[in-house]
Amino acid sequence: MTPADYLLLFGGMGLVTYLPRALPLLYLAHREIPRWLADWLGLIPVAILSALLAPILFADEASRTLAFGKPELIVAIPTLLFAIKTHSLGGTVLVGMLLYWMAGVLL
Amino acid sequence: MQKTEKDESEDRFKTDNGGAYNGGTMSRGAIRQGAAAAWPICLGYIPIGLAFGVLARQYGLEWWAVGLMSILVFAGSSQFIAVSMLASGAAAPAIIATTFFVNLRHTLMSSALAVYLAGVNRKFLALFAYGITDESFAVNMARFRSGGWDRWRAMILNQLPNFTWISATVLGALAGQFVPPGAFGIDYALTGMFICLLVIQVYGMIYVITALIAGLIAIGWYVVIPGSSYIVGAAVCGATIGYLLKRTARGRL
Repeated sequence: MTPADYLLLFGGMGLVTYLPRALPLLYLAHREIPRWLADWLGLIPVAILSALLAPILFADEASRTLAFGKPELIVAIPTLLFAIKTHSLGGTVLVGMLLYWMAGVLL
Repeated sequence: MQKTEKDESEDRFKTDNGGAYNGGTMSRGAIRQGAAAAWPICLGYIPIGLAFGVLARQYGLEWWAVGLMSILVFAGSSQFIAVSMLASGAAAPAIIATTFFVNLRHTLMSSALAVYLAGVNRKFLALFAYGITDESFAVNMARFRSGGWDRWRAMILNQLPNFTWISATVLGALAGQFVPPGAFGIDYALTGMFICLLVIQVYGMIYVITALIAGLIAIGWYVVIPGSSYIVGAAVCGATIGYLLKRTARGRL
């Protein structure tokens, strides 16, 4: 691929990534958001993070089937407890990485 | 109860948009607090960015192409997918369409952030939107909600990890062969981040229930339907069921 091909591809990818990030904000920030919509949007963070996380822990990526007992899941339990106890993002990332690395050495 | 002076000064900042104070300037305090909230995200982005740079280099992308992609796209998961599609010889329209669907979830995040950025000028919002990711979104939402957060702090929190991501991916492409694959639990950085980001969004029972419902739907959807529609699908279903439950229960949850 030539530099122009790359620019076109990445430009296209950038555009379809940027517009969903910008348009709702630009539109909604200058309008009255109804109560029900604000309430619904308030539940979006937990819903979206759980939707991102759950398949990582409970499904096999290659075959897209249910999987229990993945090291990701086992490590997630102490990592979750640490997160609940401390609410520390940096600490949780480090603890999770450390435990996952140890699990790789031990298992 | 008599109000203290401190209460009153705090009340001035409480507006209809849930307590966010959207005036002010880019003060030193804003930079410091924004950066303090951003560093854990940066910490997580460094290993993932390095890993991405290494992978992209292995698939034949030059370091400058890696940098260009990170600057123009700035969306980790879709960048990984795009590189693997490039390697398998996919055409540009297919890669762009996939990117669109993978990143469609940002529509929801952008909408949710709008609640706290009401009335902010469009130029600011246009720049702010560039830095919206799963991680910066989650931390900003939690901070806005607990108060004492404003748009400048939120902007720093959006753009610092962005800068870190671009640098890390380029560095990975240039010097990545020195980082052994799977070292130091790198593969778990994102998962660890998601776990804590989920925890800090929980403000009561209804949030736990919503998370469980969205997670269950996501797993089922992921197993049955190929692609990445499970993220937006499960999030919308989960939040809607959670909202209806909350309305039915009328404050008992």
